Amino acid sequence: MQDELTIETKQATEAATNDNNVVIELEHLQKSFEENKVLKDINLTLCKGENLVVLGRSGQGKSVTIQCIVGLIDYDEGSLKVFGKEIKDLSEDELKEIRLKLGFLFQSGALYDSMTVRENLAFPLTRVMKMKDEDKINQEVEDVLDAVGLKDAIDKMPGDLSGGMRKRIGLARTLILKPAIMLYDEPTTGLDPITSKEISQLIMDLRKKYQTSSIIITHDMTCAKITGDRILVLQDGKFIAEGSYEDLEKSQDENVNSFFK
Amino acid sequence: MLFHTMEQTIKSGIYKLLEKVGDQVNFFFSFVRHLLRKGFEWNEFIRQCFIIGYKSFPLIAVTGFILGFVLTLQSLPTLKDFGATSYVPGMVSVSVVREIGPVIIALISAGKIASSIGAELGSMKVTEQISAMEVSSADPLQYLVVTRILACTFMIPLLTLMADAISLLGGFVGSNLDNKVSLHLYFNKAFNALAFSDLFPGVIKTIFFGFAIGFIGCYHGYHSNRGTESVGHAANSAVVSASLWIIILDGIAVQLTNIFAYN
Repeated sequence: MQDELTIETKQATEAATNDNNVVIELEHLQKSFEENKVLKDINLTLCKGENLVVLGRSGQGKSVTIQCIVGLIDYDEGSLKVFGKEIKDLSEDELKEIRLKLGFLFQSGALYDSMTVRENLAFPLTRVMKMKDEDKINQEVEDVLDAVGLKDAIDKMPGDLSGGMRKRIGLARTLILKPAIMLYDEPTTGLDPITSKEISQLIMDLRKKYQTSSIIITHDMTCAKITGDRILVLQDGKFIAEGSYEDLEKSQDENVNSFFK
Repeated sequence: MLFHTMEQTIKSGIYKLLEKVGDQVNFFFSFVRHLLRKGFEWNEFIRQCFIIGYKSFPLIAVTGFILGFVLTLQSLPTLKDFGATSYVPGMVSVSVVREIGPVIIALISAGKIASSIGAELGSMKVTEQISAMEVSSADPLQYLVVTRILACTFMIPLLTLMADAISLLGGFVGSNLDNKVSLHLYFNKAFNALAFSDLFPGVIKTIFFGFAIGFIGCYHGYHSNRGTESVGHAANSAVVSASLWIIILDGIAVQLTNIFAYN
C-alpha cells in the first residue's frame, strides 16, 4: 500500500512540473469580509492527478479558498483559473459548465434532508444530466453507493445516518457526476479516528477509480498524511510552507512544526 | 452631538432599507428569469401544492367556520333591534367574500406557510444544502423558489374560496342557535346578496396575497445567514413582512376595487 502511495506521489510530482497539466491556478488571491481580510495573498497550483492538502488552523481561510474556486464566494483581487478559465469572467451558464467538472464535499455532507439516499443521488442525474431512464439512474446510484461501501443505505433518510455515513453519501452524490476535480472541505472533521482513517483511505481509493485531482482542506494530520501528495500550510491568509508530509515534518518553522507535535 | 448621532442613525436606517428593497427587487427578477427557463419542476410544484394546500386545509377550515359563526353571533343582536335578522346571511356572505375572508385567511396563511417556507429554506441554507445544489450545477432557484412561490400563488385563492364557503356554513350554524333557519333558505339569501363584482376582486387580491406569502417566505429563507439563530430569524421576518405586505396590498386592492368595480 505504501509503495502504491509512493508511486502515486511521484506521478503527481512529475505532473506538477508540466504546466499543461495545471487544472487550478490561483495567483495573489485576496478576499475580505468587511474589515476582515481573510485571504491576503493566495498562490496555488493544482495539477492533473494530484492530491493537494491545505493545512491550517480554524479561521485561516481554508474553506473560503475552495468556496472561491467553486464560485460560491466572489474574490476581491487576484486571479483564479479553473481549466484555464478565469472564474470571475464566466457567465452563469459557463460557470455551471465548469462546476460540472468540480465535485465539492461539504463539511456536513449537505445531504437534502427531505429526500432518501436514493433520491439524493438521483437528484444531480435528473436535474443536471437530464437523465430520464429509471433503470439507468438506479444502476448509477447503486454503482456509486457500492464505491463508497454503503449500498445497504439506499432507502434510508439522511436523519438515520451517522456522521461518517453522511460524508460517504455526500461523496457519492458528488462522484455520481464524475468530476475531474474533487474539493474536500474538512472531510474527517467530527469523526472518530477509525472512521476518519477510513474516509481518508476512501479518498485515495476513489482517486484511483475516478482519476480525480483533489484539494483537501483539513487540520487532521492523519488525513493529510494518507491523502496528500503535496501539503500547503495556510496561516494569516497566506501559505507559509509547502512540501511533502515528510518534508514538513522536519521543518524548523514553529508554526509548521506545531501541526506535527 | 445628539443631532449628529440621530442623523447617522437615520442615514444608516435608510441605507439598510434601500439595500433590502434592492435585494428584493433583484430576487424578484431572479424569480422571473428562472420561471421562464426550460425544465419547470412539475413534481416539486405538485408536492408544494399538496403541502401548502392540503396540509393547511384543516386550519383554514376551522378559521373560516369560526369567522362566519362569530360574525353572525356578533351582528345578530344589533340587527334584531332593527328587525333585520333576515339580512344576516347576506351581510355575512358579502363581508366574508369581499374582505374578511381573503384578509384573515391570508394572514393565517402567512403565519403557517411563510414561516414554514422561511424556516425550511433557512435551515437548508445553514446546512449548506442550497450551496450543494449550486455547486452541482442544479438550479436551487428553479427547484426551491419558483415552485414554492407558484404553489402559494395557486393555492391561497383556492383555500380562501373554501374558507369563504365554510364560513357561510359557520354563519348558518350561528343563525340556528337563535332561530330556526333552513339551510336552503340561508344559502339562498347568502348567494342572492352576492354579485360577481363581490367575488372577482376578492379572488384576484388573494392571488397577490399568495404571491406575497410565497415570495417573502422564500426571500427570507434563501437570504438567511449562517448559524441556527438565523433560521428562527428568517421564519419570524417572513411572517412579519408577509403580514405587512398583505395589509398594504389589501389597502391598494380596496382602492382599485372602489374605482373599477363599484363605480
